Amino acid sequence: MSISTVPPAVEPPAPDRAARRRSRRPTNASAPSHRGDAKLAWLLIAPAMIGFLVFALYPTLRGIYLSFTDFRLLSAPTWIGVQNFIDLFQDDTFWQSLGITLYFVVIAVVLTLAVSIVTAAVLHRVTQSTVLRGLIILPFLISGVVAATVWSWMLDAQLGIVNQLVHALGGEGIKFLTSREWAIPSLALIHVWKNMGYTSIIIFAGMQTIPPSIYEAGRIDGASEPKMFFRLTLPLLRPILALVVVLNVIGAFQVFDIVSVATKGGPAHASNVLQMYIYQKAFGQFDFGYASAMSLALFAILIVITFVQMRLLRASESDNA
Amino acid sequence: MTATTAPASAPAPAAARPAAPAKPRRKRRRPTVGRAIAWIYLAVIVVITIFPFYWMLRSALSNNYAMIANPSSPLPVGFTFGPFLRVLGLEDPAEAVAQGGSGATVQIFHYLVNSVIYATVSTVLIVFFSLIAAYAFARLQWRGRELVFSLFLAALMVPGILTLLPNFVLIKELGLLNTFAGMILPGALFSAFNIFFLRQFMLGLSTEIEEAALLDGAGKLRILMRLTIPMTSGPIITLSILGFIGMWNDYFWPLLVTTDSSVQPLTLGLAVFKQSSPQTMPDWAGLMAATLVAALPMLVLFMVFGKRIVNSIGFSGLK
Repeated sequence: MSISTVPPAVEPPAPDRAARRRSRRPTNASAPSHRGDAKLAWLLIAPAMIGFLVFALYPTLRGIYLSFTDFRLLSAPTWIGVQNFIDLFQDDTFWQSLGITLYFVVIAVVLTLAVSIVTAAVLHRVTQSTVLRGLIILPFLISGVVAATVWSWMLDAQLGIVNQLVHALGGEGIKFLTSREWAIPSLALIHVWKNMGYTSIIIFAGMQTIPPSIYEAGRIDGASEPKMFFRLTLPLLRPILALVVVLNVIGAFQVFDIVSVATKGGPAHASNVLQMYIYQKAFGQFDFGYASAMSLALFAILIVITFVQMRLLRASESDNA
Repeated sequence: MTATTAPASAPAPAAARPAAPAKPRRKRRRPTVGRAIAWIYLAVIVVITIFPFYWMLRSALSNNYAMIANPSSPLPVGFTFGPFLRVLGLEDPAEAVAQGGSGATVQIFHYLVNSVIYATVSTVLIVFFSLIAAYAFARLQWRGRELVFSLFLAALMVPGILTLLPNFVLIKELGLLNTFAGMILPGALFSAFNIFFLRQFMLGLSTEIEEAALLDGAGKLRILMRLTIPMTSGPIITLSILGFIGMWNDYFWPLLVTTDSSVQPLTLGLAVFKQSSPQTMPDWAGLMAATLVAALPMLVLFMVFGKRIVNSIGFSGLK
């Protein structure tokens, strides 16, 4: 295929910048004007350093430590080894939550990406309008709480406008947020609504880096728009798509706000996602050791999934086969 | 495919026709069916995106009783500003009940003030502290600079889930539960993303002016405040907007560290309002008025900085 000439054209800024930085370093180091820099530097990074040590590094280490303890908040934690993880392994609710979360993640991520890629591609090929791009990111600017409240009203089983529409079309009313089978798909749809614009804009920005001359050439060769989308756009976007997939999966795995407001994990635990379960364990039952162990497990799951995705999507290279 | 397009042939035709200018060719007349479908698709996406906002407004301007009797009217039912007055605590309780409110007062205004304090103070602090740290990494020579920078970057890998619970425990031990300090402090000092973002920008700035100022005898701190910070105003505004949006919408962290409504932000107030709404006949009109009030600052921000927000989001995805 004719794409082999493309990748270098997409990536020039990176090596450029690195080279510039490298060339600057020696002159800096030899300049006499850097006496006294160290003192000022430590002063300037002091707030960030304190924040890093106290609110990032320490809690990370402490979270790992607490995972191996029985800790009820009121008394000091007691070391119990891997007992929390053994309990976790045998905890049906945990596995159920994990399943529910995976179900949510699959629907949410697949739909978000499908809609976003198509939207970005259409925007890219049809219009450069900033107004249009602005409109579609509006849901990203509002909180999950607001999104969940509006959609709770619109998806209300009796009075919601969506069900009014379903009735008008001759369908039977759907209990979107109050039935076991619909709760997760409905929450996923709210999530998609909130995130698709944002994701579209990131993908769109990636498409902007593809030189128009490539499409020019494709058209001269007689390729149709859909063909160019599959043969040119998608392969060239591979690195950005990989990043977007990973970010979306990580985000969806930690869903909390909309679930907490729209269904509270119900009905009958049907939407009891992992983050919800962790919250209940910690703040409902004050079992902080167990909740920490679950957080660590969720973290491990995310790392494995990220790693697998990066490998599968060969994130570091764009497609030039 | 390979038969029709030999690898070398792709750029060749374009080069062979230097007379044809690139611009008009890009805006070619496509088969109109394809373009029509594309525009219809975009229209559907925009409608799906915007409709909930319209529905918020339409419901917030309705009489709750009347609206429940006529749920599918596209316009406000029994037009009234009652729901807004109700959630702002400006409506007579009897009148509120008559319109379908719960009668309980919601201190939306109070939550609003808390949100402004939380989001503003957090944003100002984190951007400022990131700024001075970024300067130290971009412009100063000191031992351990690269090591500290990579340590900071590593923090990008650790997601919130791992630090939220221990941070709650820490804030509790410090006796800062239910205080603004407890809400703000963990996110106000250190942001790996901000520092990285600002450092990259500063590295791209020309050093000539700064060197000239140095020769004139200005101190580094003075240069930072008088030259570097003003020159970095673009990224500062971008990070401030993104930071403010994030803080304004934050829900989980305030949920952990506050139980007292005197410091809770609007996201929590809204959630409480929704949960306390009667199951049998919720005050949807009031709820929609409250969500609109909660979303309004973001909508205003969007009106003013729309283009910058769109561009900065595109940029953040590209690293």
